[in-house]
Amino acid sequence: MNAPLLDPMVPQPFRIEKVRRDLSDTFTMEMVPESGGEFAFQPGQFNMLYVYGVGEVPISISGDPADRSVLVHTTRAVGQVTEALDALKPGDSLGVRGPFGTSWPVESAFGHDLVFVAGGVGLAPLRPAIYQAMANRERFGRVIVLYGARTPEDILYKKELERWRGRFDLDVLVTVDRATGKWGGNVGVVTNLITRGGFDPLNTTSFVCGPEVMMRYAAQALEKKGVNTSRVWVSVERNMKCGCGLCGHCQWGPHFTCKDGPVFRYDRVADLFQIREL
Amino acid sequence: MVKPENLGPVIDEHPFFKGIDLALRDLLVGCAANERFEAGTMLFRQGDAADKFYLIRAGTVAIEIDQPGQPPIVVETLTEGEVVGWAWIVEPYRATFDARAVTLVRALSFDAKCLRRKMEADPVLGYDVLRRFVPVMAHRLSAARLQMLDLYAPPKPPKEKAVKAEKADKKSKGANRAPDARLKKAKKKDGK
Repeated sequence: MNAPLLDPMVPQPFRIEKVRRDLSDTFTMEMVPESGGEFAFQPGQFNMLYVYGVGEVPISISGDPADRSVLVHTTRAVGQVTEALDALKPGDSLGVRGPFGTSWPVESAFGHDLVFVAGGVGLAPLRPAIYQAMANRERFGRVIVLYGARTPEDILYKKELERWRGRFDLDVLVTVDRATGKWGGNVGVVTNLITRGGFDPLNTTSFVCGPEVMMRYAAQALEKKGVNTSRVWVSVERNMKCGCGLCGHCQWGPHFTCKDGPVFRYDRVADLFQIREL
Repeated sequence: MVKPENLGPVIDEHPFFKGIDLALRDLLVGCAANERFEAGTMLFRQGDAADKFYLIRAGTVAIEIDQPGQPPIVVETLTEGEVVGWAWIVEPYRATFDARAVTLVRALSFDAKCLRRKMEADPVLGYDVLRRFVPVMAHRLSAARLQMLDLYAPPKPPKEKAVKAEKADKKSKGANRAPDARLKKAKKKDGK
């Protein structure tokens, strides 16, 4: 798809092909360009999704970067635009601008253990990187997915996590903050899973995505474990509007999150996490 | 069954006592035992005398709080390489939670009275054991605080934010309006 590259401010019409309900407030949409063609992106990038007449919202791409035929977004309905997105059905049209922003540097982790740390719906922006890691599995040491959710009912991509766990070359550990029903798995915060290790800290790259407080503590736990913070990457969410560093709405210290992020190397932004006003 | 004198290498292998001085480890051996718990059995219950602590070698243990008429609340789960129980080190030496084997659990247990006595007698051992326990307790406290934050809960409804923003906006507009009003008044006075 070339048009957004020519003018990143003009939304391109996409048609929704499938909608799947993941959780009570979270859904995944598959969409294709109405003009045909493909959509290329890097893991960790986001699009501005435009519900006609309602507004635009930045949403990370959560599909497989190797599959350019379909654009996949997982969204939590928490505001006016995302609720309007939730109301869309297969066949409906919406505008897409993007892809924008920096990406998870999967290739920089070649030769290393790769540890994904996700919390809540933060698994969605990491999923493309997990796909890419699995497609290049032989190029990494251990690949570990550590995922924390609120309750067992809030586990995103449950079937997919079960499928990944069934692979012999991928370690998947899931924990919940509060056990309900017959949950027999781990209980506790996701940082506990980091403490348990299973990776070589001196030879590890980690991608972390989730609520900001969780990312801060996860990065600290990785550092405490011996992982160099220059090999820890986080995805930061701010009020993205234009998507290409023009409007300044998403300014975070010296960075524009839409252009310099959303994926940042942790050691470069660690200080910003400590500034309350930001 | 592993004889107590043969537990030395087992203690060495466990991450909790990683790198322990051989002489200190030999002091620990006399207080140690090898134990096994079937899934569903209790290691200890809240209020019990905290006469042991456990180093998990295999399996999962749930730390729970009992509630009347309802299933217990699982606070956290502990697994291979982790330590269960710290109340043995803090007076009045009573367990503050329940600990239940979720799966078959193999663990090293340490007799608390025996170990406390040795720690009193040998401050080097006492310091070494405490030095290992305090970070575990600090980590658990920090994890419990994080868990309380309910980080993955849906964000606050935007309406609430919007109302706040609206109020702030009105205030600031009011502030801006004041000079205009004064200006108009002044102009009127000037007869303009």
